[in-house]
Amino acid sequence: MDRRSFVRGIAGGVALAGGQLLLPRSILAAGLPSGALESEELYALPGKQPLIKRSFRPPNFETPVAQFSDVITPNDRFFVRWHLAAIPEIDPREWRLSVGGDAASAPFELTLEQLQRDFEHVELVAVCQCSGNRRGLSDPHVFGVQWAYGAMGNARWKGVRLKDVLAKAGISKDAVEVAFNGADSGALEATPDFVKSIPAWKAMDENTLIAWEMNGQPLPHWNGAPARIVVPGWTATYWMKQVVNIRILAQPLGGFWMAKAYRVPKGKFATVDRFTSQDTPENTPITEIVVNSLVTNVTEGQKLKAGAPLVVKGLAWDAGFGIRSVDVSVDGGRSWQSAELGADSGRYSFRPWQYVFKPARGRYVVSARATNGLGSSQTDQLIFNPAGYNNNVVQRIGVEAV
Amino acid sequence: MMKLPVMLAVVATLASAGAHADETMIRMKDGPEVTTLLANCSGCHSLDYIQMNSRFMKRASWEAEVKKMVSVMGAPVTEADAAKLVDYLTREYGVAD
Repeated sequence: MDRRSFVRGIAGGVALAGGQLLLPRSILAAGLPSGALESEELYALPGKQPLIKRSFRPPNFETPVAQFSDVITPNDRFFVRWHLAAIPEIDPREWRLSVGGDAASAPFELTLEQLQRDFEHVELVAVCQCSGNRRGLSDPHVFGVQWAYGAMGNARWKGVRLKDVLAKAGISKDAVEVAFNGADSGALEATPDFVKSIPAWKAMDENTLIAWEMNGQPLPHWNGAPARIVVPGWTATYWMKQVVNIRILAQPLGGFWMAKAYRVPKGKFATVDRFTSQDTPENTPITEIVVNSLVTNVTEGQKLKAGAPLVVKGLAWDAGFGIRSVDVSVDGGRSWQSAELGADSGRYSFRPWQYVFKPARGRYVVSARATNGLGSSQTDQLIFNPAGYNNNVVQRIGVEAV
Repeated sequence: MMKLPVMLAVVATLASAGAHADETMIRMKDGPEVTTLLANCSGCHSLDYIQMNSRFMKRASWEAEVKKMVSVMGAPVTEADAAKLVDYLTREYGVAD
């Protein structure tokens, strides 16, 4: 036993301060790199329930799969993802949002009170999913935060339409993109600030919000208090947390986080939404969330009781085209049966589903496959890309009925 | 907006700073380059970034990551230190070519 596993051995045997627990092996996702499995642990950030720690600083924590039993992900179980380590605590009374840019004729600054008073309030339920969710399952593995299944969550967001705020700023016809900057920064001055843009047409979409509330409560600090951008249907890289600056741009935004990061090879994914102002001959920014599903109550190696019905439960979601159907297989994909869809909370929300399965004695491989309103479905084989994005490979969960 | 001081005295910082106290649980594999690692990497990020990205990176991949930290993220790492880091990361957290 090396020193490291010795330390972990002690940690597993006694309760430690700070909410730290060793993760039971039974809830580990299969397929993560060995070093990711060894370094993960359940850990509670202030105000959060224990989540799976991927990195402490900047904080990257994912939601354990078993916590997706409800269609709404509770705020204290919602995943945490930051790129830069200096994350200020912001007093909502001190917060200011400046809106301007070279394609804005009437730049202005807002307090939170003004934002809440001067614009119509909107609420919607939407999935916030990290572009790299399931990156850790990439084969071959790729560098990055080694997420399993839980770098996502579904919440009811309350805020105002971004388009109303942009209209007040006098958005011009020349606007190409709208850029967001948050209050976070790197430890070094030289580290590129995390600034992201979306196409002007997406910024003017009536569903794109500046939100201050999540599931009826103020945003948790770790999820972007006091206000963040909500871009329903698109991956979370654009959902700027702690937003303090919005710029309406007549030219595409540059910088590392746009030009180099969060890109997918052209032609590999059948996405509908295009971000053409950022295209290069080789690649294009990630945009919409690919259709996907998650089995939430069956785990690899689980022992079932032969002859007893098991209600297989899960979630399905996509970029807002709506979930048309979910099919379940218990024989490794040879045959598929329709799952029963649950309540519809809106086209950007998780959609619950269930399938009742009464196993005879033997081994089974449980899979789910969601299809959206466009007829797009999940893939059986990984569509490999260097950053490990858009992983919607059908799960294969081995169980045994005894 | 907010800038933290560069924390070169990482061990002392981690021992005293409540916000990062849990990083003290991180145990990196032994090697003559560990001091170089602490001095050059821990100022900006916890070292579990390295652990979770193992073991699947070849020397060229670790080289590219160290280079990215310098040329993109602005880490002031000397060439001599960068070479030591790549040796350590490849040996302890990487795979053979």
